[in-house]
Amino acid sequence: MTLVEYLHYIILPVLVISAVLILWRFIQGPSIADKIVSLDLLITTGIGIIAIYSIIYSQSTLMDTALILALIAFLSTVALSYYLEKRKRK
Amino acid sequence: MIDIIIAAIATLGALFVLLAAIGIVRMPDTYLRISVTTKAATLGVGLLLLSSTIFFSNADVTSQAFVIILFLFLTAPVSAHLIGRASYFIGVKLWDKSVMDELQGKYQKNTHILKSKVDDTPEDNVDHSKMDDADK
Repeated sequence: MTLVEYLHYIILPVLVISAVLILWRFIQGPSIADKIVSLDLLITTGIGIIAIYSIIYSQSTLMDTALILALIAFLSTVALSYYLEKRKRK
Repeated sequence: MIDIIIAAIATLGALFVLLAAIGIVRMPDTYLRISVTTKAATLGVGLLLLSSTIFFSNADVTSQAFVIILFLFLTAPVSAHLIGRASYFIGVKLWDKSVMDELQGKYQKNTHILKSKVDDTPEDNVDHSKMDDADK
């Protein structure tokens, strides 16, 4: 079994299963804070999937997308929690 | 040989991401879910990025991957603290088997200041035991 086959048939399904589990929490989540946390974790899992894809296709330019996704995840979490906290302030 | 190292590191990273996903589904409380997310996911994604660094092994990808890892390690605690603080203010309940709530009555409702001890202005303190769970 070569490295590309191993990554394609074992590592990527594990990551996709974890993304589906996180998506279940995102849909289910009892409070809105759970949804924000699971959205953050979903984007972080996407960074890992992009890293594995860049190995499989030998495209190192895909790492740019991972950097942008990391920035967007932090910014969205900060903005959502800021306005969530401000909503109650009279 | 280098393929085996890459496969081992990628396996560890995928296992940590899977542990984070199982934790976010199985944990009983929002605060425990935040804790699971920040610890396991940063380590897992860091190991996955490290495996791609070993695979390409040139300066471009290495510097870029280390920038992403550093950014994740810097921003995960900050965002976890922000979302935990916001969820405490909007009244997300702790797990009913939690032993103690150390923040009880110490956050001020209007000014959003954290005090180090509970003072004698109980109408201004954030207290989950007196808060109704109508608005979450």
